[in-house]
Amino acid sequence: MNTRRIGLTIGSAIAAWGLAASVALATEISFWTWRQEDKAAYTEIFSDFTKLNPDITVKFESFPDENYPTIVSTALAAGRGGDVIHTHAYGWLEQFAKAGYFVPLDRASVPSIDNMPADALVAGTYRADGRLYSLPFASQTLGLFINKDVFAKAGLTPPKTWDEFLAVGKALKDKGIIPLANGLGTSWFNEMFVAIFTNPFLGPDFVGDLTSGKTTFKDPRYVAALGKLLELRDDMPTGYEGVDYDTAGQLFLTGRAAMLAGGSFDISTYRSEDPGIDMAFVAPPAPKAGAPAYVTKFYDGGYAVNAASPNREAALKLVNYMGTKAFGDKLSALLGDISPIKGVEIKDPMLAEVAALNRTAMPHINVVYFRFQKPTGSELLQGDITRMMAGAITPDQLAADLTAGIAKWYAPFQGK
Amino acid sequence: MPSRRRRSFLPRRRTLWIAFLLAPAALIMTAFVVWPLLSALRLSFYSFNGLRPAGFAGLENFRQVLIEHPFSDWTYNALFHNVVVFLALMVFENGTAFLLAFALLKALPGHRVHQVIVFLPVVLSAVVVGFLWKLLLHPLFGLVNQSLALVGIGAHAWLGDESTALGSIILANIWHWLGFPTLVLLAGMQRIDKEVLEAARLDGAGDFKLLTQIIWPLIAPSVTIIYILTFIGSFNWFELPYIMAGLTGSPGGSTDVLGLYFYRTAFGSTTTGIQDFGQGSALAVLMFILIAGVTWMALRILRRREADL
Repeated sequence: MNTRRIGLTIGSAIAAWGLAASVALATEISFWTWRQEDKAAYTEIFSDFTKLNPDITVKFESFPDENYPTIVSTALAAGRGGDVIHTHAYGWLEQFAKAGYFVPLDRASVPSIDNMPADALVAGTYRADGRLYSLPFASQTLGLFINKDVFAKAGLTPPKTWDEFLAVGKALKDKGIIPLANGLGTSWFNEMFVAIFTNPFLGPDFVGDLTSGKTTFKDPRYVAALGKLLELRDDMPTGYEGVDYDTAGQLFLTGRAAMLAGGSFDISTYRSEDPGIDMAFVAPPAPKAGAPAYVTKFYDGGYAVNAASPNREAALKLVNYMGTKAFGDKLSALLGDISPIKGVEIKDPMLAEVAALNRTAMPHINVVYFRFQKPTGSELLQGDITRMMAGAITPDQLAADLTAGIAKWYAPFQGK
Repeated sequence: MPSRRRRSFLPRRRTLWIAFLLAPAALIMTAFVVWPLLSALRLSFYSFNGLRPAGFAGLENFRQVLIEHPFSDWTYNALFHNVVVFLALMVFENGTAFLLAFALLKALPGHRVHQVIVFLPVVLSAVVVGFLWKLLLHPLFGLVNQSLALVGIGAHAWLGDESTALGSIILANIWHWLGFPTLVLLAGMQRIDKEVLEAARLDGAGDFKLLTQIIWPLIAPSVTIIYILTFIGSFNWFELPYIMAGLTGSPGGSTDVLGLYFYRTAFGSTTTGIQDFGQGSALAVLMFILIAGVTWMALRILRRREADL
């Protein structure tokens, strides 16, 4: 009896010691992000990852969105920072890759790269060396939110063409409803607003000509598309110059406005703010009947490994997991993000519609191509668009200003 | 002998003691003021490859922000707005503060309550004031437009219109800070010998004469402090325009000031673009030279004026 008890005690002690040792030997890595609101979802995702990799635990650490670039850049410059860094894409990423702060990702260390489509990989690639530094996480789509209840009550049908949009706008106004909720009070969104309504008029050919250096923003197609924006002023709220994007969202959600130019990133927000809302996310108006209506798409960012991380192997394992279907399915289900990972199932009908619109989407021109050096297309456009809408400058002047500014660093625009 | 040794030892011990007491402050100043200043000065002479210094660039960053379009346009646009802010605050904030201080000095009924009311907003943080005024000036739901609607005046986008945006933020700033110069000037007025004021009254001086010929010269030291602080505050202005108009100084750069321009150049913005520590440091150095240089000159002139008065 005594021998049995001693044996049990020794056995339990060994088991406890083993358990303690495995916990002590587990590597804890940190994940840095600006998405505080996604904590619960990432905690669940990281728990799934730890089940597959019991020797690695992941700590979620978030920072304020507006200070995120400063915090990350100063931490990385000091050889610190999270092991895995949530990055934005394109030009934002490039300045970090250029400085050597991230580990280049290849198929040997991150086999899940093969699960990504080519246009997604562009968002995380440093153009100078052609290497991938950040594994893309989600695409964002810009289009038009429709408040179906408002349209139903007004007895109107959501517009599909530009002329229909203007006609419906007039009819809505006659009924005391704001046709388009947007204002110009949020600089970053103003650039999105321009992309949403100009892209259908520009078409993929224009993007091809612009990026191959055949044309500039002074192209008559771009100037004409900018001119179309002026026609929207009558459909926007009173004092639209000062109405910010948050207010626009509230006008839309409360039914005071029928439509809102916005991003797929707000679908889950609007649903949580008003679970009963009957809304749709559609392409913005096409130039004419029968013409294709394009939404605008860009990749929001990705996951990079800190080159100074003492846990590089574990960090690479996590990034590799973030390229798998299991991760993509969870990301879409928990956060309503549209994962670029091949084979990911999007069960939500509205998100599935957005994914379908993405198949013919046009890129967000400034974000994808002109945010790589200073002055960026974004700072030029955001500065000028409110002036153009106020009538202080013409679309021609805006286009010339944009071209001249970008020409400082973009050779194809120089001398044009 | 021992007493002589003791005499020579005391001052040295005292010096060491003072040095010991000053050391923590000196260390903090060196780490958080002197070192960043020197560091910004060094970085302003470097070009950057992404986020790392790429090589010595001489005066290139200064040339860009002072001469090269569009950066120079943005610099002068921001500088012009700082000058406008300074002049507006001098005239409207300090002018009102001077009159308010005089009114409080006269100890009219309820002056103590008014003193508290005038000073109350000063204790609020700029973030609170910024959001509060953003709400008050909201084009659709703001109290300002709602009140104007009652008297038949249509809605106006105060912060969305280039012609009113900067003025609106200055107004919020005046509301926030009015109590501070009022209190400083009131303290200056209260230091004036009452007999002087009474003698002036007996000689038949009215309020205007009392203010311009007696009080104004005698509160010169307080006025110097207010001038200098207003200048430094105007050229370091950041929080209110950042909260009320955003990092880009919208709309159309009409509220852009050097503080905002420096911040978004050095640290970038998720939604506009990339970081350039070199150009940002050049801006910081120029701002430092401007503020330190003008402050030094102004102090000399104002101190001389104090002596003349």
